[in-house]
Amino acid sequence: MSSTMVTGSVETHHAAGSGFSLKEWVFTTDHKRVAVLYMVGAFAAFLVAGIMAILMRTELASLGPTVTDNPSAYNTWLYFHGAAMILGYQIPALTGFFANYYVPLMIGAKDVAFPRVNALSVWLFWMGIVVALLTFVIPDPPDIMWTGYPPYSIITGGNTAFYTFTVLLMGFSSIAAGVNFITTIIYMRAPGMTWSKLNIFIWCTLAAFIIQIIFVPVLGVAVTMLSLDKYLGTHFFNAAAGGSALIYENLFWFYSHPAVYVIFLPAVGLIYEIVATFARNRIFNHMKMVYYGIFGVLALTGVVWAHHLYTAGIPNWMVLIHVFTTLMISIPVGLLMIGLVGTLYKGSIQYATPMLYAAGFLFLFLIGGLTGIPNAMSAIYMHLTDTYWMPGHFHYVMAVSMTTAILGGTYYVLPKMTGRMYSETLGKLGFFLFFIGVNITFMFTLIMGVKGLPRRYYDYQQFPELEWMQQWATIGSYIILLGALVVLVSWLHCVFFGKKVGPNPWGSRSLEWTHAPRPPSGNFGGR
Amino acid sequence: MKIFKRLIAGGALLLPAAVSEAAEGGAAVPDITEGWHHLWQELLLDITIIGIIFAAVTLYLLIRYRRRKEGEEGKASRLSPLASLGWVLIPAFIFLADDVFLAAKNFELWNKMREVPEGAYEVKVEAYMWGWDITYPGGATATNEIRVPEGTPIKVSLTSRDVVHSFFIPDFKVKWDTVPGMETYLWFYPKTAGEHVMTCAEFCGVLHSSMHGKVIVMPEAEFENWIEENTPRNKEA
Repeated sequence: MSSTMVTGSVETHHAAGSGFSLKEWVFTTDHKRVAVLYMVGAFAAFLVAGIMAILMRTELASLGPTVTDNPSAYNTWLYFHGAAMILGYQIPALTGFFANYYVPLMIGAKDVAFPRVNALSVWLFWMGIVVALLTFVIPDPPDIMWTGYPPYSIITGGNTAFYTFTVLLMGFSSIAAGVNFITTIIYMRAPGMTWSKLNIFIWCTLAAFIIQIIFVPVLGVAVTMLSLDKYLGTHFFNAAAGGSALIYENLFWFYSHPAVYVIFLPAVGLIYEIVATFARNRIFNHMKMVYYGIFGVLALTGVVWAHHLYTAGIPNWMVLIHVFTTLMISIPVGLLMIGLVGTLYKGSIQYATPMLYAAGFLFLFLIGGLTGIPNAMSAIYMHLTDTYWMPGHFHYVMAVSMTTAILGGTYYVLPKMTGRMYSETLGKLGFFLFFIGVNITFMFTLIMGVKGLPRRYYDYQQFPELEWMQQWATIGSYIILLGALVVLVSWLHCVFFGKKVGPNPWGSRSLEWTHAPRPPSGNFGGR
Repeated sequence: MKIFKRLIAGGALLLPAAVSEAAEGGAAVPDITEGWHHLWQELLLDITIIGIIFAAVTLYLLIRYRRRKEGEEGKASRLSPLASLGWVLIPAFIFLADDVFLAAKNFELWNKMREVPEGAYEVKVEAYMWGWDITYPGGATATNEIRVPEGTPIKVSLTSRDVVHSFFIPDFKVKWDTVPGMETYLWFYPKTAGEHVMTCAEFCGVLHSSMHGKVIVMPEAEFENWIEENTPRNKEA
């Protein structure tokens, strides 16, 4: 390890003050620059996947063909939207961008433990993004949804291999990052930075990476078997030759449910940082939240996947166990929410843009969490599964809530990264558009689900009475788009025209705000 | 006391379905659709109450503790060890109690949903890209239209010819996947004559959204006539 550390610090460059150099960005091993590379890639994925969402919502706004008369085009948009939002945007934004930017600064380290492995991670991620984007130029793009269930994904004319390789590239990136950050947090803490003094975001990141290291390989195996079946004629999932599609479904969700916590934990960690800073308050019951909230989620994460499969044909005893374990998730997650709300008590809350996003999170995640309880209950789930209720629920609990954390977290870190302050007017305008838009879209999505409209439908001739709700959901999505554009403008405005600020504009008590904005390579005192 | 009873009910979950059935004293066909609506209402009440309490407290704190002057600091004090543990154990116990209660309620209905009543009329449905082939006990067949007699529980045996599909009748609140190489099932109880949408709920390719049909519930006599006319040996004769 020590030799890598030395190499890493020799190769790093002084970030502050110098002009733009492409070479320095491409070959950088400085964690703050790697963070920026993650940020750019993640928000690019967010933008393209967001455009897909707008296309789909426009298609659904009227019965029959609207944007396209080709259902395959719609299926490809939906595939890309799901895969890119989860694998290309949320996971890299939280465990790439924020983890890279904050972890060394918060624990008082010069950089991550293996800076060159870190550079490998970010470039593997970028290769994943490129392979994913090839969806739009290859002749037969994948049309298998981000779940890629066989046998459809094997018999389809679409190029399932692009799905496999996107997942594998992102997966290797995550595993490398996991090894790196777990090592960094264990061994690179500054003297005196004991475990009990660690920021809650660090604990969340540590837990998220433990999950990644354990579960990503399972997904890697599953998608590799898909391509082996499709291109090399193996029979893992071919029932006629003794295989079973259920093997894939179990392997897939064995990773992909924990993936929700890979996103949730760092996001809730960010919200904790923001709430503690802007309420100028100590975190409510700090270490108990770590032990029972974060570790509680970690303990349950691997034993709840079958709630995605209650009606898939799994044995009944599995259903019985997973109903229990899934309902029990409410305990650690509920505790983490109590910790957040408790931190407001006797605080002095300043409503800057990051705090607005954090406040938005408290309500959006509440709706998301509570709409998850029916899904845990197999008997209720039987009607709700694979209807619009599910996208409604997971957009509230994951897509939208975690995006409030990512956007709020970005506004929070911008003054540190750029040395400049964003415009509060633009920041707040963006937030309110986003908040109003998502509630319109996803409230109607939830209701359409209860009415029984199945998800992943290009059209809905059999449910003509739902057209007006689809239209409202579409209007909501346009408001979200407007909000996203305002956010983008406010960031660009900040980077180029923002007012210069000092080291700690928020008056935070946390270590990462003690040194100058745009910390130099090597962070605390450099080489 | 009520909570106590619920906990006991929770403890009894793992008993076989037959026992609870017998306790309710009926060979009568349970109405699982009605059961779904009933449990859904209870659940909505449950999560709405939790949601309103949580949201109200959050909103109150957000407004009450807004910053009133520059340079103000938060004044929360460190929790005592007892309070610190209490703020974990008490909420955890409340959540756990609610979880056990909901799980118990769930299994009560789930067992009924998974246990086909005796004397159910069996229809075989084979899913394919993109439609449903239906076979009746006498050999009559149909595509995308399932005709069933009213007042009789219907068991649907599900198979798939190609990929994973999911057989879904929104009005009866039942759904189950059709998996290649497996025979799965569900049952429902059509009480009155009428037409209902039946549609595919698991993504199965280009025409997934067009893979739908009808469940037509007919008066028993009418159904008998229909099946008589459509059973193959009668046609030959």
